[in-house]
Amino acid sequence: MHIFSTLFAGLLFGTGLILSGMANPAKVQNFLDLFGTWDPSLAFVMGGAIMVTMPGFWLVQKRATPLFHDVFHLPTRTDFDTRLVVGAATFGIGWGLGGFCPGPALTSLPLAASGTLLFVPAMLVGMMIAKYTAAPLPKTLVT
Amino acid sequence: METDFTPFASLLGGALIGLSAIVLLAAHGRIAGISGIVSRILPPSVDKAGLPQGIIFLIGLLLAAPLWVLVTGAAPVQLVSNNGPLLLIAGLLVGFGSVMGNGCTSGHGVCGISRRSARSLAATMTFMATAFVTVFVLRHVVGG
Repeated sequence: MHIFSTLFAGLLFGTGLILSGMANPAKVQNFLDLFGTWDPSLAFVMGGAIMVTMPGFWLVQKRATPLFHDVFHLPTRTDFDTRLVVGAATFGIGWGLGGFCPGPALTSLPLAASGTLLFVPAMLVGMMIAKYTAAPLPKTLVT
Repeated sequence: METDFTPFASLLGGALIGLSAIVLLAAHGRIAGISGIVSRILPPSVDKAGLPQGIIFLIGLLLAAPLWVLVTGAAPVQLVSNNGPLLLIAGLLVGFGSVMGNGCTSGHGVCGISRRSARSLAATMTFMATAFVTVFVLRHVVGG
């Protein structure tokens, strides 16, 4: 049952990405192109997700534990550091350039567009490089 | 290329993504952040305890498009650039940035904001800002 729930969650996530248009990089880039062929659809994706997740998370967290585990694994950090800001800024540049973020890129892998087949391995390498270089940076921004 | 404005499909698709995040939290107490799920099963420091669940979630994610084709009889509409070097650089930046910043569109943008995390809100505003600027430069400065 716990395996099925995880598989179902992945399938639901991928189907949502396809239905919403997030798995189409042209649509993502058009959302980001305010001064060109702007397509506001993606605001509805995030809106739809948060409208469901916000009350859902609140309800779930009224439970003492998740169904199949002893504890909730929730992020506990509340500080702002250089890695958060520089990382997010870097991610945004890549997202704009390719129109893909990690979920849609992986969901698109079986469709085997040549661009996707380049993007996904590069993304995995980028992730590993970030893990190898995870030594903490100074708290102040280095320019 | 212009794309059609699809408020209803996008809202419904977003709701499915939200539902998936609820299933993962309710069943396993985990946040549905794709960059986190993927990076935790990559070297170095593979999270061995979370490895099976991570792989099963990714199998589900990878099954979505084939199942979509099977049910609807058509491939999802998609236009991916065939500019190889651009996509290689984009992939590197997305992978590196999402792990360095501890999250991407799903972990920060959906789950984090739903948890009213100030860190996630800051990250989301940051990556939205650089993405808007990047597409502006790409389409109206370089490619204009």
